[in-house]
Amino acid sequence: MKSSLIKSTVIFLGLFFLYFPILVLIFYSFNENKRVMVWKGFSLRWYNELFNNEQIIEAFIISIKIAALSATFATILGVMIGYSLVRIRKIPFKSFYIFLSSTPLVLPELILGLSMLLFFISLNNVIGFPSSRGQLTIFISHVTFCIAFVAIIIQARLTDFNKNIEEAAMDLGYNYTKVLYKITLPIILPSIIAGWLLAFTISLDDLVVASFTTGPGANTLPIVVFSKVRLGLSPEVNALSAILMFALIIIGLFYFYFNKKFKH
Amino acid sequence: MKNKLFEKYFIFSPYFWLVLFFFIPLAIIFKISISVSEWGMPPYQDIFLFDNGFKINTTYENYVYIFSDYYYIGSFVNSLILALISTFFCLLIGFPLAFFIATSNIRLRNMLLVLVVIPFWSSFLLRVYAWKIILQNNGILNLILLNLGITSEPLQLLYNQYAVIMGIVYTYLPLMILPLYGYLNKFDLNLIEASKDLGLNRIKTFFKVILPLSVPGIVAGSLLVFIPVVGEFIIPEMLGGSDRLYYGKILWEEFFVNRNWPGASALAFSGIIILVLPIVIFQILYSRWSQKNEI
Repeated sequence: MKSSLIKSTVIFLGLFFLYFPILVLIFYSFNENKRVMVWKGFSLRWYNELFNNEQIIEAFIISIKIAALSATFATILGVMIGYSLVRIRKIPFKSFYIFLSSTPLVLPELILGLSMLLFFISLNNVIGFPSSRGQLTIFISHVTFCIAFVAIIIQARLTDFNKNIEEAAMDLGYNYTKVLYKITLPIILPSIIAGWLLAFTISLDDLVVASFTTGPGANTLPIVVFSKVRLGLSPEVNALSAILMFALIIIGLFYFYFNKKFKH
Repeated sequence: MKNKLFEKYFIFSPYFWLVLFFFIPLAIIFKISISVSEWGMPPYQDIFLFDNGFKINTTYENYVYIFSDYYYIGSFVNSLILALISTFFCLLIGFPLAFFIATSNIRLRNMLLVLVVIPFWSSFLLRVYAWKIILQNNGILNLILLNLGITSEPLQLLYNQYAVIMGIVYTYLPLMILPLYGYLNKFDLNLIEASKDLGLNRIKTFFKVILPLSVPGIVAGSLLVFIPVVGEFIIPEMLGGSDRLYYGKILWEEFFVNRNWPGASALAFSGIIILVLPIVIFQILYSRWSQKNEI
């Protein structure tokens, strides 16, 4: 009896700690007052101003575009890595392959961002491309560090599932490619979708790497938000937070839905 | 024959991408870190000179420069301490949570797990921003403290190292809970009952049974928190003050403000060698080892 009370208290306090700041943010987004911290009354004013703020809307569109594209590329390449590591025996310089596909997971974003920026500058000195940085360079950087996240999800899924199904199909006369497209990929599809959602969110959320590799005309949403709240508070960002938190949490729930399927 | 072609395609497409856009950039950081700096654009000399016969033009001055100046070493040490403290608090909060979630019944368990991880999906930057609102002089926390009579005037909670620790513990907590839960979930709860039956009290059961069994989870969770926190830039920038400088900030300023590319590269490369390389080598060895044991 006593121990179950301790248990519920700990879980309640833990969840309170995790959700309290998010609730505070949502609460203040409905504050009429321009001075964020002084409550003046309930209002949707800042939501209205948010939707009329061209800078934020434009940044939002750029961010979504980059996130969708880089998630798609990262998913294709990440699935290839996951498949290679689990199903293909002979990989030349395998340790190097593992190094390349897992280091981005632990490398601080700042170092990754710096290396990408210096790479693009050097590349431009050598072959004259990319002459300026922008959406393309952010896209390339995001693909690079999202690949690893997709790869581990796919790797885990492929290690889990029974190879016999693939072998049975092979015995029934399917060739290698057909097995992949008719059997393997459909079975791991939920994990592929989960990987895509994760990559999409990571790209959408990234500030550090994007700050290094951005250029004219490529202010992503986190860059704009950071410039607004670095030194103070912004009522428009409050409204944006509430919407974004809600949207991202829904994406998170979808991720769980797809990733749960893989456990059975 | 066709299989081979297809396998090659699968192996080498990502291989090509990662060598080009990940390995070469890291090599470039190393190259610039051993280049001689100069005024100009780019602010360093080439490491290969061809003008008067072939000559290699490298220096280890940049490393000497950062490793002999307390400004750089001190910041790195500050970051290590910050990461250590934050990891400790994540563990302190995360462990009981993970433990109680793992020992709940299965339906509740899945729901709680989703509830714990969902905040991690919402924007990182905005979760840090939320703490900026909470810790303001006229923010919620000060309001509560004033009303309870604990303090008579608002406390300066923001822009110091404690706010930074708070922000880090909050944003990184799910990264600690997940691996902990993963390991705690695996072990047999009957062990706890058994140790109680054998006469061990709760404290002894915890230290002799539960803790030793969760060591791999503790290690995994701690690494997931510790490493990124050492390189953390956003949280100290938003919540921290000028009382403490950290590695991330120094690296940022060395590059963008001082325009010392070789210095910034030397800082970054030292970070990779000290922080990342040991873990990556461990990971590769471990995955090879587990693969061998499986076969």
